[in-house]
Amino acid sequence: MKEENYYQQLKGIVKPYLPEDVTVDDISPDSHFINELNINSANLVDIVLDVEDAFEITLENDDMDQMQTVNDAMAIIDKKRRSK
Amino acid sequence: MAHRVVVTGLGICAPNGVGLKDFTKSLQEGSSGISFQQELKDLNFGCQVAGKPELTSEYINKYFTPLQLKGLNASGLVYGVIAGTDAWTDAGLSKAEEDEPDWDSGVIFGTGILGVDKFRESIHLVDAGDTRRLGSTSVIQTMASGISAYLGGILGSGNQVTTNSSACTTGTEGVIMAYDRIRSGKAKRILTGSCSDSGPYVWGGFDAMRILPRKFNNTPSTASRPLSATASGFVPGSGAGALVLESLQSAKERGAKIYAEVLGGAINSGGQRGGGSMTAPNSSSVQRCIKMALKNSGIESKDIEAINGHLTATGKDPVEVLNWSLALERSGLDFPYINSFKGIMGHGLAAAGSMECVAAVLQFKEGQIFGNVNSEDLHPEIEKLVDKSRIPVKTISFRSKTIAKASFGFGDVNACVIFRTLKN
Repeated sequence: MKEENYYQQLKGIVKPYLPEDVTVDDISPDSHFINELNINSANLVDIVLDVEDAFEITLENDDMDQMQTVNDAMAIIDKKRRSK
Repeated sequence: MAHRVVVTGLGICAPNGVGLKDFTKSLQEGSSGISFQQELKDLNFGCQVAGKPELTSEYINKYFTPLQLKGLNASGLVYGVIAGTDAWTDAGLSKAEEDEPDWDSGVIFGTGILGVDKFRESIHLVDAGDTRRLGSTSVIQTMASGISAYLGGILGSGNQVTTNSSACTTGTEGVIMAYDRIRSGKAKRILTGSCSDSGPYVWGGFDAMRILPRKFNNTPSTASRPLSATASGFVPGSGAGALVLESLQSAKERGAKIYAEVLGGAINSGGQRGGGSMTAPNSSSVQRCIKMALKNSGIESKDIEAINGHLTATGKDPVEVLNWSLALERSGLDFPYINSFKGIMGHGLAAAGSMECVAAVLQFKEGQIFGNVNSEDLHPEIEKLVDKSRIPVKTISFRSKTIAKASFGFGDVNACVIFRTLKN
């Protein structure tokens, strides 16, 4: 349930950064932010900030480097939330 | 072969009107866009009145994607995108297709400083050791060329996309730069214009220089008094104006409406010599600029029927009128009509030249010379040079063929452009 919650929240965060030809329905847990969802790499830093605000966590540089797919992001969020 | 250059689109986001309809109405009626600014009072400004375009977030949302709106805190950028996009639409042009830019169209859109509020936000984060929280938008909203970059991206421009900056000359300089590029065949169309942020961080420096009026905080609409004996400084303004310049050939091919032809212009500097300084113009260089503009346009002094001056409402307005008089060798009843729009707009700083070029060109469309507001008590030095009838305080009907527009800026820089109607 918690995981589904994270997933829905994350989709909401990613939505404004999607290019015109990609919709929210195209997002799946395996989606690669840059290669599959065609998100501008400059915007990944904004997604990270939005994730930090939404989940009240702080991501380190290493976390950011590892956050390549939606699943990666969920795993990092979960880890951070649990260690809080 | 040199190409003839015409104006086919106009856009405006000004203190006295957003959109051509409201803006034109304000110019015709002389209704003021200058208002009391509580923010300036709270910050102990001497001058607490200013010109600021009135925009609702609903209106702004029409021009930006949800992504662009995230963290958007750059007022000049907002004004510039609104004016620029509107000018493009007004010219009947569309955005480039997804896969290929429009190689023939460029953007020359100037500013003095961009995204001041965004920069302040960034400074606070950096000073707090929180640089990583800046996100991706701080650079693109604060780089000077942010405005041309935004417009270039929205329209898909594939020609030159750049930002010029020459203080209060910026907008008029941009028109001449765009003219040069089209005339030489390097572009078919250029969206040109300029924008300026609003707010205390832009205006504070001028307040500190004590060149803004301080006695009109209770009567904002009378504060900006170009050409007047009681002028006591310029009212700070902001906004953006935009013009689509296009080769006559291209305009004809696509059946575009034509507001006016850009006959030519001149740009120079007084070198901060011969009476010129960082903040004051060298008069002989101003006269030279006006004369060069006539020469480059292939016209004579007698052809000028109306002037839209820089005329900021400081004590220097009489000097500017004298410079026009000496450059054109005309005075008294023989002097062209002359006006300043700053009485109702304030001084839009980097945006002034473009907002005023838009207004100057609208005079052809309306068959009018827009009135000078707050200039009833003409400065005696000006009245000695120019017959009062040449400085209408109310809008008059007059179909001018040729209008000269000049802007002068800090750094002792000058620009003068000549517009001519294609109507008979």
